[in-house]
Amino acid sequence: MITEMTYAEAARLALEQEMERDPRVWALGEDLGPEGGLAGQYRGLQEKFGPDRVVDTPISESMIMAAAVGAAVAGTRPVAELRFADFALCAADELVNQAAKIRYMFNGQSRVPLVTRQAVGMRGGTAAQHSQSTEAWWVHIPGLVVVTPATPADNHGLLKAAIRCDDPVVYLEHKGLWGMKGPVDPDAGPIPLGKADLVRRGDDLTLVTWSGMRVECAKAAEMLAREGIAVDLIDLRTLWPWDREKVFESVSRTGRLLIAQEAVRVGGFGAEVAAEVGEALWSKLRAPIRRLGAPRTPVPFSLPLEEACRVSPEQIVAAAVEMTKGKT
Amino acid sequence: MSRVSNQAARVLGMLRTMHVIREFEEAAGRAWHAGHVRGSVHQYVGQEAIAVGVCANLRPTDYISSNHRGHGHSIAKGADPVGMMKELFGRADGTCGGKGGSMHIADFSIGMLGANGVVADGATIAVGAAQAIKILRQDRVAVTFFGDGAINRGPLMESFNWAKIYNLPVLFVCEHNGYAATTRTADVTAGEGFVARARSFGIDGESVDGNDLLAVDAAAERLIARIRAGGGPAYLFATTYRHHPHNTRDTGNYRTQDEIDRWKQKDPIARTTAWLLSQGVAQEEITSIENEARALIERAFEAALVAPLPSPSAAYTDVQDVGAPQ
Ligand SMILES: Cc1ncc(C[n+]2csc(CCOP(=O)(O)OP(=O)(O)O)c2C)c(N)n1
Ligand SMILES: [Mg+2]
Repeated sequence: MITEMTYAEAARLALEQEMERDPRVWALGEDLGPEGGLAGQYRGLQEKFGPDRVVDTPISESMIMAAAVGAAVAGTRPVAELRFADFALCAADELVNQAAKIRYMFNGQSRVPLVTRQAVGMRGGTAAQHSQSTEAWWVHIPGLVVVTPATPADNHGLLKAAIRCDDPVVYLEHKGLWGMKGPVDPDAGPIPLGKADLVRRGDDLTLVTWSGMRVECAKAAEMLAREGIAVDLIDLRTLWPWDREKVFESVSRTGRLLIAQEAVRVGGFGAEVAAEVGEALWSKLRAPIRRLGAPRTPVPFSLPLEEACRVSPEQIVAAAVEMTKGKT
Repeated sequence: MSRVSNQAARVLGMLRTMHVIREFEEAAGRAWHAGHVRGSVHQYVGQEAIAVGVCANLRPTDYISSNHRGHGHSIAKGADPVGMMKELFGRADGTCGGKGGSMHIADFSIGMLGANGVVADGATIAVGAAQAIKILRQDRVAVTFFGDGAINRGPLMESFNWAKIYNLPVLFVCEHNGYAATTRTADVTAGEGFVARARSFGIDGESVDGNDLLAVDAAAERLIARIRAGGGPAYLFATTYRHHPHNTRDTGNYRTQDEIDRWKQKDPIARTTAWLLSQGVAQEEITSIENEARALIERAFEAALVAPLPSPSAAYTDVQDVGAPQ
């Protein structure tokens, strides 16, 4: 039975269902019991499953990640909550040098089935050390899966998939989406990793995005439709692996690719998508590929400064209009 | 004033700073709830005696570093509350031009090397600053303020070891308010806690009632004198309590009203006031510094409300010297 719920509630439900389904699943992090997570995404779970399966930790990020690594190679499926993605950097070594390497270095003797949840993105003045979008960092690391849900239903289905995945998964929830409501089928199973969502169909231009930027892109697509420009809006949902097939099919049809991301544009994941499409489909392109993203600055505090670093629907529209000028 | 002792005069000055901090924090909370301040605000109310008692023993050339609950430390070190309030409001002439916000106030002109959004990172930076003091053979000390939650982060333990092996002029001030966000630190801290950990690295220091301004001041005076004389790192462990929730977004429902009320009985401002009265300082004098502090912060609030916002182009300045932001 389809129910309206928030992005945070959907993730809470998914974790609860996975913990019921599999006694090896457990969660650890700061303030999970008393606070129930930054946005209530763990609310009530410690009461239900007890303090051994929903573990309140000290402020010890390296150990949170390391405990998850150790427990993952020893028969459990930990969900390591790092709160702000910015603090996950305190545990980058454990994630990059340990979690991502163990299976390969040890010739497949062990898997590292952990999920690390990290809240990314801007949320109204959280400033330089609480607003970063770090997805491209993790995509660059062989061994890691990177997931970026952008709707309540996806946060339900993708978290289930992440927990069932035998690889270490970096699961990036966007802070700006916690309160967003949408339909969720509580009985729905996992959403396959690596499958994009074709949010909207149109033959003039392919607009690729992920995470919180999906919201801005949906607004832009609506505005563009009113101007007679029909876009294929693709939410990648998973950045590694990413759904080349869907993107390539779309760009083959539209001949135009625009990528919008909240993260810093330089060295961002959009560059990867652009390069791959450029290599594979150059003869089908009718306009240069374009990328929109944040300038290469830390995220500033004050509103007008933060806005200057944010990709707006208007910017997306302007880029799309330029790219489709004189479209055939 | 002339009738009271030098000590009373000194304490009266410290009381003035405590009032400025308290008024600042209450105003900051109101401003956040009224929607003038973005992000969140971690108020220092109840802990003022620690920042003030320690910083009263520092010179403008000495360094401090701080954490997310940093307004009190900045004010005690001499930062201008008007510029700080403007920073909270995201204004162009705020302490950091509106780029930092509540959790990222720094004022290098008075040796305030920065509040910090990452728990324990301020302490490690202070140790590095102390190393520079040593290399440059300067007559300075570095002081770092952090909470009881920070002591479970590895980098803090590394900083203890480091400060000791290089005999650095640094004072570690642990403000033990019993909580790390919504978690009781006692529940997640093994052994004897901060003091035992510092001592296990060979770092000595003192434990004080952090709500007793005179005790903090006296201990800080002794410890800082010892550090200045080349005695190496020291710690100050100060027990205290924050009157407000963790930050303005937190409901604070993990603490009982009874516990909060008991601690309010030990309010550092009330205790300092009582001591001053016992020393023959007139009530009118105390009332007048309180009124002055309130007026100062009201002016800061009003000034912040009307101060100009930064122009968007400021977002692109001060990123780095080499390479444009785009
Ligand atoms: C490395 C890191 N982990 C987690 C957080 C989130 N956080 C901010 S303040 C805080 C509690 C800090 O407690 P304590 O050090 O005792 O300082 P207090 O808030 O009590 O002054 C936490 C967990 C953070 N800012 N940085
Ligand atoms: Mg504390």
